[in-house]
Amino acid sequence: MINPLRSEAEAYRFLLLTVGYFAAIAIAALAIGTWAGVIVFLVLTVAGAVYVLRAHRSEPPRQSVPSRRGSDKELRILVIANETVGGERLREEIRRRSEGYEEQVFVVTPALNSPLRHWASDEDGARVQAQERLAASLERLRSLGIDAKGEVGDGEPLQAMEDALRLFGADEIIISTHPEGRSHWLEKNVVESARERFAVPITHVVVDLEAEREEVQEPTSETR
Amino acid sequence: MTVHAEAHHGPPIANQSSRVDSATLGMLLFIASEIMLFGSFFTIYFFVRVVNGAPEWPPAPFHLPVFVAGVNTIILVTSSFTIHWALQSIKRGNRAGLQAGLVLTIALGLTFLLTQAREYSRIGFSPQDGAFGSTFYGLTGLHGAHVFVGLTILTFAAIRAFRGHFTPEEHHGVEISGIYWHFVDVMWIVVYTTVYIL
Repeated sequence: MINPLRSEAEAYRFLLLTVGYFAAIAIAALAIGTWAGVIVFLVLTVAGAVYVLRAHRSEPPRQSVPSRRGSDKELRILVIANETVGGERLREEIRRRSEGYEEQVFVVTPALNSPLRHWASDEDGARVQAQERLAASLERLRSLGIDAKGEVGDGEPLQAMEDALRLFGADEIIISTHPEGRSHWLEKNVVESARERFAVPITHVVVDLEAEREEVQEPTSETR
Repeated sequence: MTVHAEAHHGPPIANQSSRVDSATLGMLLFIASEIMLFGSFFTIYFFVRVVNGAPEWPPAPFHLPVFVAGVNTIILVTSSFTIHWALQSIKRGNRAGLQAGLVLTIALGLTFLLTQAREYSRIGFSPQDGAFGSTFYGLTGLHGAHVFVGLTILTFAAIRAFRGHFTPEEHHGVEISGIYWHFVDVMWIVVYTTVYIL
């Protein structure tokens, strides 16, 4: 559903449409008769509903553009990982991307939960587990020489990124996942969805914890 | 590789779980509650109108000043143009345009309220005069109260504009009050069309 009051410009457009809508109904009712007004009301309402539905389908997803935080010498990197953060290649990737900058690293660990528990608002267990994973991740990054901060995020990874972007205002996002076939996030197309949704460079790091082997896939576009 | 710790003073940062920023979300929720409030008044109005079953509306001997209210409608819709102009001006860095737009909007809103007060004093019936009088004053009075609130918000925005607040990047105070003002205008169009015209 399109929200007509998301911004002043959209509210203004909505007002103009409202003026036209009611003017047409009033003119028809006064000039021809009450039933004409009713018919115009029905026709315009149905036409409006069809337009809104079609516009919603064809509308490209809105991209969130996080506001720039920190000094020009700073590069803010948001790392989102469930349990796969850490590793030599991730450290190299952070170093490579922050070449010439002073990096700020923020790790978000989504509080993954079952749908049933989610709808029952039973999130305490999920958050405790996520907090433990986050502490382990931060510890691992510190052992690799990266002093990162972090927090537990929403159970839905895209929402967790969105929240973190608003608070942290990252210049780059690194999504760390298990390899294809073992990663639920890849199955759910989280990386591609994030690239559609956020207007910041996104790097996908595949971490094979079992083999302690990581691959780095380049971002699709460089916008920095 | 060093990371500077960010000192945070004051209460903990609120958790944000929405694609809409909190100020805009707050205004949207407020407007949603307002729509429900207006909806209840419209329900009463249409209930009275249908139950009354009079062949003509408004029922005799009531008469509404359609022309004056029409002029008032034009004034209020024009005020939406000026608030939109004010916001577009500050987005382009035109502070004088922002200030002029806000002052004009306030002036038009005040004109609307004064015209409505004048209409009340000459309309010839009061809220005590039957269900029609109650619903008419209820709906238009509720809307008038919203215009007053909108004018208060716009006055604060105007004071801030004259004190040098707002930039092309930071103009949330005008954006939010603009959304509210457009909402007030939309509600008036609905009130005017249903109460005065149809």
